Amino acid sequence: MKSKYRYVLPEIQTLLTSKDLFAKAKSEPTRYSYADALLALGEQNPDVVSLDADVSKSMKTTLFAAKFPERSFNFGIAEQNMMAAAAGMATTGLIPFANTYAVFASMRALDMVRNSIHYPRLNVKIAASHSGITPGPDGVTHQAQEDLSIMRALAGSTVIAPADPTSTRMAVHAAAAYNGPVYLSFTRDPVPVLYDESFPFKIGKAVVVREGKDAAIFANRDLVVQALMAAELLAKKGIDVRVIDCHTLKPLDEPMVLKAARDTGALVTAENNIIYGGLGSAVAELLVEKFPIPMKRVGVGNTFAESGPYLEVIDKYGLTARHIVKAVNDVLRRKPAVQGKLPAKPPAQPKSKATSSKVKAKLRRRR
Amino acid sequence: MTQTPMTIEELKRMAGIIRCDIIEMICTAGAGHPGGSLSATDVVTALYFRVMRVDPKNPGWPERDRFILSKGHACPVWYAALAERGYFDKAHLSTLRRLNSILQGHPDMHKTPGVDMTVGSLGHGMSAGLGMAMSARMRKKDYHTWVVVGDGESQEGSIWECAMATAKWKLDNFTVILDRNHLQNDFCVDDEMPIEPVADKWRAFGWYVDAIDGHSMEQVVAALEAARERKGIPTLILAETVKGKGVSFMENVADWHGKAPCQAEADKALDEIRRCYCEI
Repeated sequence: MKSKYRYVLPEIQTLLTSKDLFAKAKSEPTRYSYADALLALGEQNPDVVSLDADVSKSMKTTLFAAKFPERSFNFGIAEQNMMAAAAGMATTGLIPFANTYAVFASMRALDMVRNSIHYPRLNVKIAASHSGITPGPDGVTHQAQEDLSIMRALAGSTVIAPADPTSTRMAVHAAAAYNGPVYLSFTRDPVPVLYDESFPFKIGKAVVVREGKDAAIFANRDLVVQALMAAELLAKKGIDVRVIDCHTLKPLDEPMVLKAARDTGALVTAENNIIYGGLGSAVAELLVEKFPIPMKRVGVGNTFAESGPYLEVIDKYGLTARHIVKAVNDVLRRKPAVQGKLPAKPPAQPKSKATSSKVKAKLRRRR
Repeated sequence: MTQTPMTIEELKRMAGIIRCDIIEMICTAGAGHPGGSLSATDVVTALYFRVMRVDPKNPGWPERDRFILSKGHACPVWYAALAERGYFDKAHLSTLRRLNSILQGHPDMHKTPGVDMTVGSLGHGMSAGLGMAMSARMRKKDYHTWVVVGDGESQEGSIWECAMATAKWKLDNFTVILDRNHLQNDFCVDDEMPIEPVADKWRAFGWYVDAIDGHSMEQVVAALEAARERKGIPTLILAETVKGKGVSFMENVADWHGKAPCQAEADKALDEIRRCYCEI
């Protein structure tokens, strides 16, 4: 049988049904993949400079600093100065990569990122590690659950959240080749190497990584692997979902969203980001105007998270494969074409007789 | 047209012409910031008409000196200097803050020829200048970067982040002129949030501090020319100035930070400026 997967490494395909995927798969925090790619870029292009703010060891941009000390600058714990200085460098033709954590890049230094980088459309690349609630153990102050929403709101922004080490390296090279500000979002925690080198990374072009016809899941960054795992769980129940790696949050690949909507009639988004203003919002905004169909957003709700191991935190806050499965079942129930084929949602069980009688009394009054 | 570099006498006269432009453009626009424009006028005039290496016909010349008015709200002085220096037609000055104008309420590098950096939110421009100076050092270029920072602006924490970094890298191709006019939007700087002892602060941050009368053209020119030659340390020119300088009823009055004169006030102001500067 022909594989439904595209670009997904065969060993990952076999591990998707395994509970030990994260233990067994070759994996790497994408901040390290970024550091590798930056080093390679440094060799190719003398205009590339690396700017740090006291997290160069964490992001391994020390690799670049060791190789190109004259092109590496550590600003200390001063992200605002770093961002505006990056803007100044860009006016002279340099291509600065400003490295920090996502909370600081998107919030601490947002005024500089908006007014000094995006408003003048300067060629600064913002490399943001610890994006989403990937820094599980660090807790809320270091969990950037809203960075993608904030960056998406800036006029003329390009926002990229690659899923794995392979596509991260490609994203870094694509960002360098693009003239204008780019926000690159990386994980603190290791994510599996999902793709082979044929992955067709292009800014603004989402990639179908699993074919399917019953519903489509649009995911980014570390939730792409969760979406793939969800697809396998659903396949066991005879549900065939398409999985799309929507690595570029902005500009959104609108034709890809609309095609999936037309082909499948039911969409789920999955993002390790608050559900306000991120991928779910972007897809919903498009669908409601152009092609309204049942849709469900998986993401962080109206809450801050907490400390804990990465996989445990994202599970508690509703971002894992089982939550995506639930969301797919929900949209399928609301999808007209498959209604009747699926088991109807079981009626909610009354929690106690007291509530039950209260509800009944209410219903009686209504009648 | 007068040739540059100008003599001190020519610079004084030009500072008067630029002050008149400032009053006229803000009056026409009906909004803007006259006080801080007038306090920075002598420094900006000296830079554009004597000290800086620029080519108005080629505003993007890679070898040019860079200038950033980090206190971007005072842009009328920048626009007037650029127009008088020949970057664009003076007719544009009357379009300040209008729809479709090349002269935005705060400076936009893509709309105005000669504006090297988009600024307006305070505490950005100095850091952007730092980036330009770092780039020059890295690429072994000999252009100098000049930034005018406001004294109220120096309450922003990012100014001190930048001061620290500039000293770390010992950037002697970078000069900051602190326009010490003592007033900010609400009140007196030293009542609202005191910055004194300001010279000691900059020295403690690793800068060479040159305190001058920011309205003495002789002192301004001497300080700027010395800053360009100084090696191994960044220079902070502490320019003691008067907010609203040149217009008696605007001088040292916080209300003229961001208020446009009516026509009668503008006429009175222009008359005073012409008598004081342009007949030199």
